[in-house]
Order: sequence, then C-alpha cells, then structure tokens
Amino acid sequence: MRGVKRAEEQRRNVFLRRALILAGAQAAAFGFLGWRLYRLQVEEGARFATLAEENRLSARLISPPRGRILDRNGHVVAGNRLNWRALLLAEEARDVTATLETFQRIIPLSEAERARIERELRRRRRFVPVILREFLTWEEMARIEVNAPDLPGILIDVGTTRVYPEGEHLAHVVGYVAPPAERDMDGDPLLSLPGVRVGRAGIERHHEAVLRGRAGTVQLEVNALGRVIRELDRREGIPGQDVEISIDTELQKQVRARCAEGTSVVVMNARSGEVLAMVSQPSFDPNIFNAGVSAAQWRQWTAGRSTPLINKTTNGLYAPGSTFKMVVALAALEARVTTPGERIPCPGHFDLGDTRFHCWNRFGHGAVDMRSAIKVSCDVYFYEMARRVGINRIAAMARRFGLGVDLDIELPGVRRGLIPTREWREQQGQPWSMGDTIVHGIGQGFYQLTPLALCTMTARLATGRAVQPHLTRAIGGRPVRGARAEDWPPLGIPERDLRLMRDAMWAVVNEPGGTAIASRLPATQGQMAGKTGTTQVRRVSREQRERGFNVQNLPREWRPHALFVGYAPADNPLFAVSVVVEHGTSGSGAAAPLARDVLADTLQRFRISPPAPRIAERS
Amino acid sequence: MSGILERRLLTRDRGAGVLERLWRIPWGFVLLLCAVAGVGYVALLSAGSGDADLYANRHALRFGFCLVLMLAVGMLDIRLIRRCAWLAYAGTLGLLVLVALHGEVGKGAQRWIDLGPMQLQPSELMKIALVLALAAWFSRASFERIGNPLFLLPPAVAVLLPVLLIYRQPNLGTALIVAMLGAVMFWAAGVRWWKFALAGVLAAAAAPIVYDNLRDYQRQRILTFLDPESDPLGAGYNIIQSKIALGSGGIWGKGFLQGTQGALNFLPEKQTDFIFTLIAEEFGLIGAATALGLLMLVVAFCFLTALRCRHHFGRLLAVGLGTNYFLYIFVNVAMVTGSIPVGGVPLPLISHGGSAMLTVMLGFGLLIAVHLHRDAELGAVRE
Repeated sequence: MRGVKRAEEQRRNVFLRRALILAGAQAAAFGFLGWRLYRLQVEEGARFATLAEENRLSARLISPPRGRILDRNGHVVAGNRLNWRALLLAEEARDVTATLETFQRIIPLSEAERARIERELRRRRRFVPVILREFLTWEEMARIEVNAPDLPGILIDVGTTRVYPEGEHLAHVVGYVAPPAERDMDGDPLLSLPGVRVGRAGIERHHEAVLRGRAGTVQLEVNALGRVIRELDRREGIPGQDVEISIDTELQKQVRARCAEGTSVVVMNARSGEVLAMVSQPSFDPNIFNAGVSAAQWRQWTAGRSTPLINKTTNGLYAPGSTFKMVVALAALEARVTTPGERIPCPGHFDLGDTRFHCWNRFGHGAVDMRSAIKVSCDVYFYEMARRVGINRIAAMARRFGLGVDLDIELPGVRRGLIPTREWREQQGQPWSMGDTIVHGIGQGFYQLTPLALCTMTARLATGRAVQPHLTRAIGGRPVRGARAEDWPPLGIPERDLRLMRDAMWAVVNEPGGTAIASRLPATQGQMAGKTGTTQVRRVSREQRERGFNVQNLPREWRPHALFVGYAPADNPLFAVSVVVEHGTSGSGAAAPLARDVLADTLQRFRISPPAPRIAERS
Repeated sequence: MSGILERRLLTRDRGAGVLERLWRIPWGFVLLLCAVAGVGYVALLSAGSGDADLYANRHALRFGFCLVLMLAVGMLDIRLIRRCAWLAYAGTLGLLVLVALHGEVGKGAQRWIDLGPMQLQPSELMKIALVLALAAWFSRASFERIGNPLFLLPPAVAVLLPVLLIYRQPNLGTALIVAMLGAVMFWAAGVRWWKFALAGVLAAAAAPIVYDNLRDYQRQRILTFLDPESDPLGAGYNIIQSKIALGSGGIWGKGFLQGTQGALNFLPEKQTDFIFTLIAEEFGLIGAATALGLLMLVVAFCFLTALRCRHHFGRLLAVGLGTNYFLYIFVNVAMVTGSIPVGGVPLPLISHGGSAMLTVMLGFGLLIAVHLHRDAELGAVRE
C-alpha cells in the first residue's frame, strides 16, 4: 500500500513538472502570437494600411468631350455625335449563348464580330459589359427595344464618336482621329481610356492638346472582384476647346467642284495670311477612320498614283517653273545687275559655251525688258538674269518670299521644300555649274516647292509683307492671331520694284500678248493679276525638239505640270491663289482658267465689288 | 468540517443532488466561454456586414445548444466517463471509417457526415475521443510501467490509426494536430524524453516520403508559405490579404463594420478560418490582444483544473482538453498572421461552423466533470 502511494506520488510529481513545462510552452506560444500581431499591426501597420486602401480604391477616368472644329462662319466641320451601342452584361443574361443567338436574329453579326464578342466574354468578368455593336441606327435600336423581354442582359448605352459633316471636302485640313497608338502615349492617362481618339492628321493633330481636354476622375470603392460598390469622389474633366479655322466651307466646296484629280488649289487672304480654301484632289472621307479602316480600303487609298491621303497643297513638291520668275527679277534688281528698262534680245535660245538653252517660244521674243519678259514669260531673259545674279542671291530672295523655309501653317508634316544653293549642291558632292544657274533662272531644276509656299509667295508679292499662311482663327472663342496686313513685317523690298512686278503680273492676264490673257476675270468682278508656269517632268531631247515636239502626244504622266499664281483685285490685292494641275500640260491652258474661276468664286463669296476698270498703259 | 462533508458527499455518494452539482459548476468559466462566444457573435455580425441573420444568429443558436450539451456532459459521473472512454474512441474511429467510405465530398476531401441541419466532422470529434482514451489508458499506469515499450504500443496504435485515416481523407492539418495531441498526452503521462527524440528522428526521416505523397494543393501550401509573394493572385493571395487586413487594423482598428478587407471580400473565408483577421482589422491590436487574452484564460483554466485535480485521469484529461483548444487557437492565429502554412483550421467558439464548436464544447463538458469530481477517489496505481 505504501508502494502504491509512493508510485502515485512519483507520477504526480512527474506530471506536475511536465504540465508546468507544457503550460510554459503554451504561454510562450501565446506570447509569440502577440509579438506577431505587434509586428504586423504596429510596426508594419502603416504599410498595410496603404495596401488596404490600394485594394479598396480604384480611380477611373472620365473622358471629356473633344473640342469641335468650326469653320470661319461657325459651321461645325468636326463634331461629336452620340454613338448608341448595344452591350451585353453577362451576369444579367440568364443564358449568354441564347441571348446572343436571339440578338443575332434581330441584328446580324459578322463572323469576325462574333469571334471578338466571344473572346471578350471569356476574358472579362461577368459584370463588365461587352460591346456587341456600335453606331446603332434608330431602326436597329427600335428592334432591340421591342424584343427587350427576349434579350436579358442586353443594354443600350450612349458614347460619343467623332463626326465630320463635310466628309472629304475638308479631310486634308481638318484631318481625322484614330485610336491612340503606342507612340501617342504622352503620359496623359486619358489616352488609356477605351474609346478615346487622338488626332492623326490636319488640325485634329496640330491642336490635339487643345481639342483633347483633360480627363476627370472618379474615385470608386471596389470589392475583391473589381465590382464597384460606390462612388466616393468625382472630379469633372475639362472639356476640349473648340477651334475655329479660317476655311470657308462653301468656298472650299465650290473650289473642289472645279478641281480634277491631281489638282491642288490654295486660296489665301493675301493680307492676313488666313487660308480660305485648301483643296487637294482626290480626297478621302475621314469618317471612315472612326470605325476602323478595312484592309481593302487602305489598299485602295495607298496603291496607285492618286494618293488621296496626302494633302498635296502642303506635301506635294513641284518645281515652280515660270511662276518663279518674279523672284529672279527682284533678285536681279536688288543686286543691281540690270535695270527695269534694259532690253535683252531673245532669239529663241540662249547659248552658254556649247550648251544651248531654249526659250519656250522657239521663234524668240525679240528684245524684251523686265515687264514684258514676265508678261510673255520669256525664258532667255531670265537665263541671262540668272547668269548675272548667281544662284545664291536668287535663293536668298526666294527665302524672303517664304519659299524653301518652314511656314507657320498649323498642319503636321508640312514639307519645307527645297531652294537649291551652291553650298547645298556641294554638300551632295556635286559641283554647281553655270548651266545649273541658267536653268534655275526659269524655275526649273532642283526646286521643290509646295502649292502653299507658292501661294505665300504670291501674297507677299501682292502686299510686300512677310505674310504667314495660317488656319487658326480662334481657340475656345479667343482670337489667336492678328488678321491685318500690318501685323506682318515688310519684306524690305523697294515699293518701286514690287509695283513693277505687280504691273507685270497684271499685264500677264490683262494685256494682249500676256500668257494668261484668255483667263481674265469677268468684267463685273474686276481684274486679277498673276503668272503662269509650265514645268517639265521629263527632259525634252534635241531630236524631239527638231522633229516638232508636241506635248499633246505624250502619255499623261509625262506631260508637264500646269501652274498659276495670282491675286485679285489687281489694284487692291485681297486674295492670293496658287494652282497646280499635275500633268495639266500648260499653265495658261489649264491652271490660269481654274485660278480665274477660283478667284471669281472667292470675290463673289466675300462680295467684293469691282473698282473702276484700269486702262492698260504701256511703258 | 462542512467542506470535508461535502467532499465526501460528492466522492462517495454518486447520487448527490443535481441541484448540488449545478451549484458546484464553475460558473465563472461558463461566463468566460460566453464572453468568447460573444466575441464570435460580434465578429460574425461584421462578417455578415451587419446582417445578423447571415452568420451571427445561427452562431448564437448553435452556442446555446452546445452550452446545454456541455452542462449535461459536465454533470456526468467521472467514473462513468472513464469507463466509456474506449467505447467513445471506438465509436469515433468507426465514424472515421464510415466517412472514408461514404462521406460527403466537400472541398476535395471526404470529411463530413451529413446530419441534416449540421454536418459532422468525425476528425474533430476524434480529438476529444483520443484525449479521453489516452487519459483512461495512462490513468492507472505507474511511472515504471510507462517506461515499458510494450505498454506504450497500444496507445501508440490508438494515435496512429486515426492519424492515418484523417491523413487519407486527405486532411494533413488535422492529422498533424491529432498526432501532436497524442504526443502531448504521452508527454504528460511521463514518457521519457529520449523516446520523443527517437520518434522525432523517425518522423524527420519519414518527412521526405510524406512530402512525396502529399497532394499538389498541400505541397503548394507549404511552398506558398515559404514565399507568399511569389504567387500573389494564386495560393499566396489568402496569406497576403490576411496580413494586409491584420496590419491595416493598426493599434485601434478601423471600427466596428468599418473594415474594408473583409467587407469588400478581399479576405477569403472571413466567417470561418479568417475570423480572427476580421477582429484584428476592425478592433486593432487592442481588440485582437483582448480576444487572444480571453482564449488564453480558457486554456489556463484547463491547466488550473488539472493542477487542482487529485486523480490522474482528471489531470491528463484536463491537460489534453486544454492543449486541444490551445492547438486550435495557435494554428489558426499563426496561420492568419502568416506564421505557418494555411491549413483550414477554424477558431472554435468564434468561427462560424458547427463541428469544431461541438468538439470543444464537449471537451469543456468533460472538463467541468473533472472540475466537479476533482477530489474523487479513482484511479489508484495498479501494480
């Protein structure tokens, strides 16, 4: 019995010892848990609090409406249209496949659309709507609404889309928008929003920052699945500002109606530099870019020679031909290598060593002074002037007239063009020869100029001021630029010389013997002044010349380009125009009549009444 | 003098009045349990975003039922309990086998028996049954006898059998807890240190074999535990979100129903395994430490009961029951704080769910029985 008692005592002691160790271990474990809590909640509490907020909050952007583009009369040329869309909310559809089937019976979906919808349905969460069809018509919406009971989960909502009411009439000026690409990502979070468009060309691109506006934000509380629980804060964005451009849509349409394929016309307010019409044929419909351009459409646009996507008035490069002769004449006067009255004999050709340069009139013009050299467009006179002045002084004068320099026009990717100099040629590793200088005296050779630059040159000749072409009149209702001639600095060319040029250009159109005498304005509209130009796209060989060369026999793409620059009214220049008709054969035959019609349209459009007719005076 | 008389009444006279026993019940402990369940009620109210019908009311109802059951068990005679210990063990083992054969398939494992309104996890019940059986086995053994390996063989089999069955379910977490519980019982009974060391070495040697036989999700859990950030949206998501919820609570918490992690469903299974996280998020370190303190008091009461008990069966039983509850708490809280791999262990009396609550309340019933019969004369050492 005593043994039992001792055994009892022994195991009790062992138990007590071990129970205490156990209790101690468990207390230590509780201590460990407390320490873990302290670590997480106190030492790292701030970090985890931030993480919890990040979990909870989701900032979403609201896209502001894009600014409109208006013409000079306040007519909308790029606006926003409501875009009605059919969406499918998977979680509200009892059977997504059945709903889609029913929808497809009402509004047929193409194979590609079907594939896109199914892909998005798989990828997105059930409460994120998937777009079934955009740009619904009223009729389609009515059909959906009528069948609504059979279409659980189908919603109709409204977004906005860019619309160009004038379509291809203004496509080159206004440009178009497209979904942003990687290179458009300039850090603006707005660009990541679905449905957002950025300007790709024209005014849309140049004034992108103004038109785009600033995104608003909504702070949302979301749950673990990303479902929105409630809106915590909303900050409205800043809508894009309207841009008013100087184009007159009516005039633009009238001019366009007169232009065949391959023709470029720029009409400018000669004093202010405002571009009133800018036509490049053919054009394209910018609305097509909204829904996405099909491969077939793109091929049609880019294949072949017609290049509708390119604005030839700013990106087409041409030799100026005889329209350049005023610049050569002014360079000669400034260099004092001739006087206006000096007569140069024209036998129909000009010989430099063994090389013979032909005048366009192979019978020659006889002895011509400066005024008549311009009037009849005598080549030999200007060969001689170029020989005396040299290429670099011609180039310097050309740059003062806005040729071969960057212009302030608000369009992206405008070509500067090229006015060659001796140094430019030498940089290419080629010597500059006197023969080169001779050819450049009549606007042929390496010159590459845009119709816009030629129009600028004309406006400067007409006003004597460094007029800059521009398109923007107002942004957000505030005028942007001065619109008077006095806003532009004088060119620094003696008024006497300029008057001589204007008189000669008047004679071109209004005096018997002038190259554009057939293209006078109707008497009711006063008079215009101008200069024709015809530029070869292929060299005419000696044999051709001797066989009795006739351009009419050439295939179309070998025929010369036809050019005309001019202004009206002749005695009080208000409007400048430049016309380039690709392969139009002759400036006087193709370009001058068109310029006349365009100026007549312009004068009528702006209701300029003709002054008393001027009597021709011979000098 | 009256104390002695009472003691005699209780120890000798099995028919001591029901009222007398009711009077003797440690009401302070019962109140403590009610407080813990109250913490659970508040947390479940929050888990239901303030909607009591979602979890909280059912929790209260279930607790009320379990409370009655606990008191009823507590009134049972300790001798009867010891006599039925192996019967209870055999019955629960039978249930485990039954589950292995016909159990409801839930979460990829065969763990439940459907009892209509409640689902029963025999693996939970087994924890109590095992403690009971081992306490009964060791209650009459002398220290010398415990040193006899042959004597240790039957209880070792009694531990390994359910461990294997539960592991095969497969439920590695519970299997490990049952094994640890068995080990603690052996330890409390006085098995020598070196035998544990030997078992430890054997277990370590077996670990690679076990790892090879683990299910993919179990392996994933271990790997995720080692580097939770490696898979933030997959298996590591639970741990990360739980830590964010805990940590963002800070010292004072976000306030009742003001938690975001739980309410916005970032927290997975917030009403069951991650209920403690919810408390810590909304009531901060203060609230979490208070809850932990209450739970610690419950465990402490078990140990105090063991120390006060004059018979070995009661001592072992009380320590085993206390350790059982302790393991629930430790594994659960360590899990939600990212200290050990996530393993689907609830926090009984606070978590939503029946099996674990039933299990621990049955255990506390037994504990009350030990407390009432702490001076009973039973279980002298047998030669």
